[in-house]
Amino acid sequence: MGIELKMPALSPTMEEGTLAKWLVKEGDEVRSGDILAEIETDKATMEFEAVDEGVIGRILVPAGTENVKVGTVIAVIGEDGGEGEAHPQPLPQAGGESPAQGSPLPPAGGAGGGQVRPAPAPRAQDPVVPAGTNMKIVTVREALRDAMAEEMRRDSRVFVMGEEVAQYQGAYKVTQGLLDEFGPKRVIDTPITEYGFAGIGTGAAMGGLRPIVEFMTFNFAMQAIDHVINSAAKTNYMSGGQMRCPVVFRGPNGAASRVGAQHSQNYAPWYAAVPGLVVIAPYDAADAKGLLKAAIRSDDPVVFLENELIYGRSFELPELDDHVLPIGKARTMREGRDVTIVSYSIGVGLALEAAETLAGEGIEAEVLDLRTLRPLDREAVLVSLAKTNRLVIAEEGWPQCSIASEVMALCMEEGFDHLDAPVLRVCNEDVPLPYAANLERAALIDAGRIAAAVRKVCYR
Amino acid sequence: MQFLSPGDEILAKTATPKKAAPKGGATADEGFVLRSLQDAHAASPRFQASDDELLTFYEQMVLIRRFEEKAGQLYGLGLIGGFCHLYIGQEAVAVGLQSALDSQRDSVITGYRDHGHMLAYGIDPKVIMAELTGRGAGISKGKGGSMHMFSVDHKFYGGHGIVGAQVPLGAGLAFAHKYREDGGVCMAYFGDGAANQGQVYEAFNMAALWQLPIVFVVENNGYAMGTAVPRGSAETHFYRRGTAFRIPGMHVNGMDVLEVRAAAEVALAHVRAGKGPVLMELQTYRYRGHSMSDPAKYRTREEVQEMREKHDPIDAARAELIERGIAEDRIKEIDKRIRAVVGEAADFAENSPEPEMSELYTDVLVESY
Repeated sequence: MGIELKMPALSPTMEEGTLAKWLVKEGDEVRSGDILAEIETDKATMEFEAVDEGVIGRILVPAGTENVKVGTVIAVIGEDGGEGEAHPQPLPQAGGESPAQGSPLPPAGGAGGGQVRPAPAPRAQDPVVPAGTNMKIVTVREALRDAMAEEMRRDSRVFVMGEEVAQYQGAYKVTQGLLDEFGPKRVIDTPITEYGFAGIGTGAAMGGLRPIVEFMTFNFAMQAIDHVINSAAKTNYMSGGQMRCPVVFRGPNGAASRVGAQHSQNYAPWYAAVPGLVVIAPYDAADAKGLLKAAIRSDDPVVFLENELIYGRSFELPELDDHVLPIGKARTMREGRDVTIVSYSIGVGLALEAAETLAGEGIEAEVLDLRTLRPLDREAVLVSLAKTNRLVIAEEGWPQCSIASEVMALCMEEGFDHLDAPVLRVCNEDVPLPYAANLERAALIDAGRIAAAVRKVCYR
Repeated sequence: MQFLSPGDEILAKTATPKKAAPKGGATADEGFVLRSLQDAHAASPRFQASDDELLTFYEQMVLIRRFEEKAGQLYGLGLIGGFCHLYIGQEAVAVGLQSALDSQRDSVITGYRDHGHMLAYGIDPKVIMAELTGRGAGISKGKGGSMHMFSVDHKFYGGHGIVGAQVPLGAGLAFAHKYREDGGVCMAYFGDGAANQGQVYEAFNMAALWQLPIVFVVENNGYAMGTAVPRGSAETHFYRRGTAFRIPGMHVNGMDVLEVRAAAEVALAHVRAGKGPVLMELQTYRYRGHSMSDPAKYRTREEVQEMREKHDPIDAARAELIERGIAEDRIKEIDKRIRAVVGEAADFAENSPEPEMSELYTDVLVESY
């Protein structure tokens, strides 16, 4: 038999086209690369080249024919097939599915996909701190530095790179002392080229190292977000699980103080939207240390969002040899029966302040620190909601497409029956952050606004 | 087609300082000569291949050519979807360069036109073709596609779809070689289009600053998608683009596998000696469109025909083999064997099942949290 020439698909979306012109006729000998015909698609006129060699036997679709479906046999090369080089036509697929059309997708939403979605792993718990453990008072800044130092001692593949991390001792002094202990091979000052060094860090992770890439602030990571998302987050999936990318991108995130719109933004919702990333945003020193250590040990790419305004705050930290906390688990910061306030990062401090005020009014608020924003601890939110039946989310960030919107969606989808009032969110004003002190104060969330929202959902 | 002419170098040569700057700033200017490696290459431009070596290069180039033709055909049949960028015409580049690497320790990274680099690094054509058809047996389990393929076992790190991203990633692989002191070199390929991306120069700067073991390879095929080089590049001599970072440049005829191989040896000797990166510009040409859906109206049919007929790397290698007295039957046997290998890859790719539905959810994260 001859080699069938089929109407080719010449673009990802082409389903049919016009066979504009034949450039060969029956009986012509053709070689690989010869132009056989011109085909018009909805976008362009394309040349159709021969792949196989032989003599044009029959032309089955004449020039000028419109709406020729992709796959239609338009001509036949040779009739003897003596060379034996033509590959066999595709065999029918088992199950009768056309491979080009693919299998039907599962129904939209989580429900249909749930049939094949693997069961979640058992929930990890924070390790119990043994009784009698000394509690040390440390700043968040020190806790982060100690986390890096301990992991660098433990694993020679771990190194830190970023702007001013070495000789300057860190733009915000988070890497203070690391150069002295670990030397310039492992504590590396980069030029001010976020896109480039984020790519180098990501490539080094692909090559088997465990980089900690510090962004001076996450505002500058916008220059590098392509590597965080396209290079780091997607590689494991796109490689069918072959290629790991165990990199940590860390640095301060969110509004600082009077630095204006370009230096004051919370990127948590941006990164938390991306499958393939782990996103962590701790509040206190114990979580900062325990979760940064876990992040460095993780085989997944982690975005670790700190906050400049809490670097200098002091908290209790258990003095343990190896304080590592589970990723993906929220933490109850304060128990309460009347209402739940969900927050993360700097918002947790404001939520606790609001809860204190509310307690004086007879409202017992439970404060839940999400700590990890991806994967989000949905269960912890729903358990607390089931207990209090009212929920407010406090987020130092814009309201639209926020972590707050995500938590509200979760409450609607999976916690509706437990709700005694609509869920409210307390977010920054929906404007670029202004410079003037009074306007900046007006734009950012505070404990007073959180308390007001709580009174509202409690109908007080 | 524009190859190096001696006059091109006047600017670069006169710009080379004869002595160190008197004071302030860098004092090592004497050490940098843009052409330092080009001169070594020019002194011995072609690799002295044995008959067996040339036969191997020929076979690898034919494998890439036939594989890509088959991929184009399967695309036309609707068996390959999305974007599919063929390497036809550029075969001598990947084969010449990668034959000089040590696949046990050297890493390779490239952009989306990646099939040829994988085949040249010994990756099984079956699993590449099955990835193109989106099957579970594909090298990425069918989840990557033409532009996103990887083989950590073969030290092939992709397969990246964002133009230019592979350049800093490659510098990162080179960083890892240096950090681990494993003696490896990274070869990072990108096109003349990617050469205009800002991140490429960020990577050049750091690679030179930190003396990373990397060969930057610009495959200049004349067109960034549909934009001819002079329409998109103020400096069309890409090998000069490392000058600002003190990276020596080489301009190499990418249509002759033996010239490519000889140039690769010069570049690798420099990098392996710990002297930092090299920028190679390989002058080449792609016969097919940018992707399968490119009508290629930005160039004439005659231009393509001229390259095919007069500069084809496979025809040239074949002619050289015959000139050396290799029996034509032996060459035909290679052609036949490769057709069989590619036919088998296509059959495998067509007949393997699509990925299991459960694969939708696997490999998003490595760990469970």
